[in-house]
Amino acid sequence: MLEVKNLHAWIEGKEILKGLNLTVKPGEVHAIMGPNGSGKSTFSQILAGRDFYHIPEGEVLYEGRDLLELSPEVRAREGIFMAFQYPVEIAGVTNAYFLKAALNAIRRHRGEPEVDAFDFLEMIQDKMALVQMDDTLLKRSVNEGFSGGEKKRNEIFHMAVLDPKLAILDETDSGLDIDALRIVADGVNSMRDPERSFIVITHYQRLLSYIVPDFVHVLVDGEIVQSGGKELALELEERGYAWLVKHPADENHSEPVPDQV
Amino acid sequence: MGLPDVASSVILGPWLDEYIEFASRLPQNEPAALAQLRNRAIAGFRENGFPSTALEAWRSTDISEIAQTPYRRVPSASVNTSPVDVVPFSYVMCGELVFFDGHYAQSFSSICDLPEDAVLGNLRDAIRTDPDKVQTHLGGYVPFEENAFAALNTAFIKDGAFLHIPRDTVMKEPIHLLYLTTGHENPTASYPRNLIVVGENSQVTIIESYAGPEHGSYLTCPVTEIVAGEGAEIEHYKIQHESAEAAHMASQHIYLSRKSHVVSQSMSFGGGYTRNDIGATLNGEGADCTLNGLYLPSGTQFVDHHISVEHTRPGCRSFQLFKGILEDSARAVFNGLIHVHPDAQQTSADQSNRNLLLSRDALVHSQPQLLIFADDVKCTHGSTVGELDQEALFYLRSRGIGEEEARSLLIYAFASEFIERIEFSPVKKDLEKFLINRLPHGEIIRQAM
Repeated sequence: MLEVKNLHAWIEGKEILKGLNLTVKPGEVHAIMGPNGSGKSTFSQILAGRDFYHIPEGEVLYEGRDLLELSPEVRAREGIFMAFQYPVEIAGVTNAYFLKAALNAIRRHRGEPEVDAFDFLEMIQDKMALVQMDDTLLKRSVNEGFSGGEKKRNEIFHMAVLDPKLAILDETDSGLDIDALRIVADGVNSMRDPERSFIVITHYQRLLSYIVPDFVHVLVDGEIVQSGGKELALELEERGYAWLVKHPADENHSEPVPDQV
Repeated sequence: MGLPDVASSVILGPWLDEYIEFASRLPQNEPAALAQLRNRAIAGFRENGFPSTALEAWRSTDISEIAQTPYRRVPSASVNTSPVDVVPFSYVMCGELVFFDGHYAQSFSSICDLPEDAVLGNLRDAIRTDPDKVQTHLGGYVPFEENAFAALNTAFIKDGAFLHIPRDTVMKEPIHLLYLTTGHENPTASYPRNLIVVGENSQVTIIESYAGPEHGSYLTCPVTEIVAGEGAEIEHYKIQHESAEAAHMASQHIYLSRKSHVVSQSMSFGGGYTRNDIGATLNGEGADCTLNGLYLPSGTQFVDHHISVEHTRPGCRSFQLFKGILEDSARAVFNGLIHVHPDAQQTSADQSNRNLLLSRDALVHSQPQLLIFADDVKCTHGSTVGELDQEALFYLRSRGIGEEEARSLLIYAFASEFIERIEFSPVKKDLEKFLINRLPHGEIIRQAM
């Protein structure tokens, strides 16, 4: 489904990803963990189509196609979804209607008939129940005035409605209390199936007790330094990241800084 | 005190000649008060000329091109266009007064059965048939001493709308005033003069629409005076869709009595050069005035709003929201003054001007001002100029919405704060339709709203 090969990414003259490799097969759940500043969010942003990174080297294949060539909207229509770490508040755009427009853009792309407001409201009922979405949050502007937990639940709700093939959860657990975390995790778990893959990006092991991954990767300083099964997350919880961080003496391989990106 | 370039006799000459020609054709039996008003206005114009950018109120508004364009009035209505061909808006209404090039077009107008003692018609007739009702108010509210365009309008008073509603009268259906420029080879001018007087505890909705052919150079220079009696409720809309080569230099003043409630919302879409001088005097305890505006210039369009709200009595509330969306190398000016007089304790006044720049070449001058001489007041003002939120754009796109669609959606969302405040639904629907047609891939808005 997704193949990331030797991905290098720069921003403002600084190399953030330094040769990242990752293969995700259909149905798999991959967790990417790592300390702050290791490049986790950069990686998710690049997958979703953020264009302010310079990528001099490496490739990302999604279902055999060059993902980096595609605009964010085409990626979404092709089945990629990213749950934002900081969902954006958009005053004046109604949450439900925006989601309907997004769903129809995706359906058009897939050659499926569009849904009208009535059908839409009917088909989202069980998705709302899934994340315990309040009706009022549908009618409000996208994320405007939502609490931290409501924003994250809204992201999972969007994901459930848009039905992606590959979902990237970017620190979805940050700022969630234990109840909200459970709701979000239940939502994700109910969507697990043999065709759908997840990349779960998180700083803490906590989320992974609820969304149990097939693989855990540790991203440190722009590279995956360790991969393993779900038990690796527990080990990290116990030992922290320090044992995986390279010693300063090893850091003499820094590459020349390219011109303005 | 204008600079020689705009005040010089070379510039003023053609305007004064036009006035002399105009005055020579005025009826001999014109009421003395009106003749005096004209004389004062033209004398003031002769003395002050056009404003130069040295004047504070015109600092960012260079009108020298307008001053030098030979705009001439069209001597009589030459009706060659049907309103439906030109005006994008049409409503079910109680009455519609249509003006072609400033002249009342009776055959295109319709007036329903009016409540007893209510008067709706053209000003030219009202000056003759209801001289007292007219003279009590005409020229009493819009100051022309410092505004050459209000002075010209006053000097050239000939026709416009006249509405006089007695006390305790509710006008259920709105009144539409439609000003059309019909299109001539040479630059034309029209000076619509509107007087709206609403009695105690009466209610009315009024829509002023200005439109003209897509191309053509013309000057529309209207003055609208609105008087709200005690407890009166007025909803007023001004919608401007003129040619991008036209100049629209408008003045409007609202006088509010005790406990009256006026909402006036302006939409400026057309006009190469638009100036709206909007004033309100809250002159009775408990008066409540809302002034909102939306402007959407593109190309090289210029839009200027000068707002002045005078709180002269205690316990009044005023609210202003002006939103601008600027494309290409469009320019906009906003200057809003809230003046709280010493007597006006317990004033509540809010003003905000928000601008969205869609191009690097677009430019906004925004200047909110407060002048407060009372100590127990609650006043806020704010002004913002920003670009489309890139985070929001990316968020929308990451959910499958195309880039152009996402932009249009965010632009519409920016305007929606204004749109949502429109109470009268036909105006609201027309505005929605206009924006959907105007924005690229606007269909997304219908989908997403």
